[in-house]
Amino acid sequence: MGVNQYTSPDAAEAEKAPPVSAGLDKPGSLKPKWTKVQSIGAAQSPLLGTAMFAPAALYILLLIGLPFALAIFYAFSDARIGSNQLHFVGLENFRSIVQSPSFRLALRNSIIFTVVAQIIVLVSGNILSIALEKPFRGRGLVRFLILLPWVAPVSLGTIGWKWILDSIYSVITWLLVWLGFVNKYSPPMWLGQEGLAMASVIMVHCWRLIPFSTVILLAGRTAIPKEIPEAAAIDGAGFWRTLFQINLPMMIPILGVAVLFGTIFTFTDLAVVNILTNGGPYDSTQTLPNYAFNQGIQGSDLAAGAAISAFLVPVLVVIAYFMLRLAHRAEVA
Amino acid sequence: MAVVETRKLTKVFKEGELGAVNDVDLVTHEGEFLVFLGPSGSGKTTLLRMIAGLETPTAGEILIGGKVVNDLTPRERRIAMVFQSYALYPHLTVYKNIAFPLKAQNVPRALHKEKVEWAASLLGIGALLQRKPRELSGGERQRVALARAIVREPSVFLLDEPLSNLDAKLRLSAREELERFHRRIGTTTIYVTHDQVEAMAMGDRIVVLNKGVVRQFATPKEVYDDPADTFVATFLGSPPMNLVENGDLIVGFRPEHFRLAETIPENKINFKFRVENVEYLGAEYILSGVLLGGRLEGKKVVARLLLGQTFESGTIYDFAVPERHLKFFDRSTEKKTEARALAWA
Repeated sequence: MGVNQYTSPDAAEAEKAPPVSAGLDKPGSLKPKWTKVQSIGAAQSPLLGTAMFAPAALYILLLIGLPFALAIFYAFSDARIGSNQLHFVGLENFRSIVQSPSFRLALRNSIIFTVVAQIIVLVSGNILSIALEKPFRGRGLVRFLILLPWVAPVSLGTIGWKWILDSIYSVITWLLVWLGFVNKYSPPMWLGQEGLAMASVIMVHCWRLIPFSTVILLAGRTAIPKEIPEAAAIDGAGFWRTLFQINLPMMIPILGVAVLFGTIFTFTDLAVVNILTNGGPYDSTQTLPNYAFNQGIQGSDLAAGAAISAFLVPVLVVIAYFMLRLAHRAEVA
Repeated sequence: MAVVETRKLTKVFKEGELGAVNDVDLVTHEGEFLVFLGPSGSGKTTLLRMIAGLETPTAGEILIGGKVVNDLTPRERRIAMVFQSYALYPHLTVYKNIAFPLKAQNVPRALHKEKVEWAASLLGIGALLQRKPRELSGGERQRVALARAIVREPSVFLLDEPLSNLDAKLRLSAREELERFHRRIGTTTIYVTHDQVEAMAMGDRIVVLNKGVVRQFATPKEVYDDPADTFVATFLGSPPMNLVENGDLIVGFRPEHFRLAETIPENKINFKFRVENVEYLGAEYILSGVLLGGRLEGKKVVARLLLGQTFESGTIYDFAVPERHLKFFDRSTEKKTEARALAWA
């Protein structure tokens, strides 16, 4: 028994006993193992773990998994609100939405909306995170104020913006008139002119997303050891070189996360477009989520709505895949 | 190459509090290897960072090559610095790390390759140029940091505890390498460390700092043999200098000068020494114990002896210190004073 001379008596015993039946026939034989976690007491019951875990699992299954599966299912059917008929129609829904000009416009708008908003959010988030990194008097208050749009309920904030951008009561118009930039009798219709409406929608969405991106980028910036930008300063790098060749490349993993979340939040956002313009004027701000809502819920064509929504899934999966890969590669590099 | 000078240099981080660096005046020699030595919190790194331009002095002046540089950016000071953590750019290859200062200072692109290869070969890292910093060992990283520092041929080198991240064995060889490196390039170098052995071994001169004040600025030999005050006396040397109070003086003697009375032929002061603990360190003994009799009854002292004799703890021996090795400090100021005759009995 030269090999076994260092094993504990318990282990030697377990080795002799048939492995499975020992545990089942004599629960007592498992006892030494369990006494290790006795301080947690309740953990002795395997049911408890399941019970503690269940709410989270049920929440995900019932409120996310089930609707998701249902949407996929509807996308291949002819489901309509108010109809008790349901047939499998294959790819028919997809074929018809891809051919619809409204869908193509919505897809194009969604991409513009997402890309432009992401660029603005990233640039502003970066500027703010640089400004907020070094301590100054009142930094806590400024950080709090910058975070406010993120913690305010999205619908309330957007309704506020609807008034700010209103055709008659807009304070922006009022200010511009007062400053003499705008003719009082033909003021800009912030939400009623094609280009302006898209710009307004993007602006409000950025207002909402910038705090989130600032916080993420601030965390990424703080994680850079301070000797590295210092070494760059000694090596002779100025502000821009340090930013673009040292700090930002080192922040790529966290930038990837910010872009990933920002893209998903923007691409799937319904509230801002729905409340501000509901896609108008003339579908110029129509995005895929709002189009799906209009078709599926308001237009009673559940199947079309589901197909439009399902169309978002592969797009987002591809974006997520590339972003995570980028983040991972930067991490191991 | 250049001379670095500070005049009444002071840094106060929080108003009303004691400064991290207070009224420091020092001038290096051309091509000197100067060491800032002190315990943590002594202000040595703050002093270095002010010279580098990473901290703004509260008061005083910094001169590099005879020119006041207080208002110049680190870049304009033409200095190079190696950080304790090396601060290599993790996303760049070794080649790009070393080339970064050249790029940042707009050295013509055609010269980059030649200069990087020169610096890399000087430090023996020519084979590592395509690696990323994370693929290097501690010693290799240190060399890359040094290569990045010399590539632009700076006028002054600043090194902030560059050996403290290496293990003990590597530290010794890296130290020798640094010394050889300095002899070869001959640039004025300021080296910060808390390790007295490094300071003694490498420094042409040592600035001993404590609480932001220069306690002594002298060669390693002077600092060790003739400490300016009790702080310097106890900070250098391992085990530190024995200090015993006698009247209005503090008398100090190094453990290696405290030996068996019979081995000292010259004028000496005799003590009865009761050994309480014996440490055998291979090449030497460290004896700790107390003095007996006279005015110094019960004072704790340490002796360091070469091998050759055995000592028992609990036994009383006749020990002595040669008179010329006694150091005298004023009891109230703790500063060095003139030797004088004392009553010992």
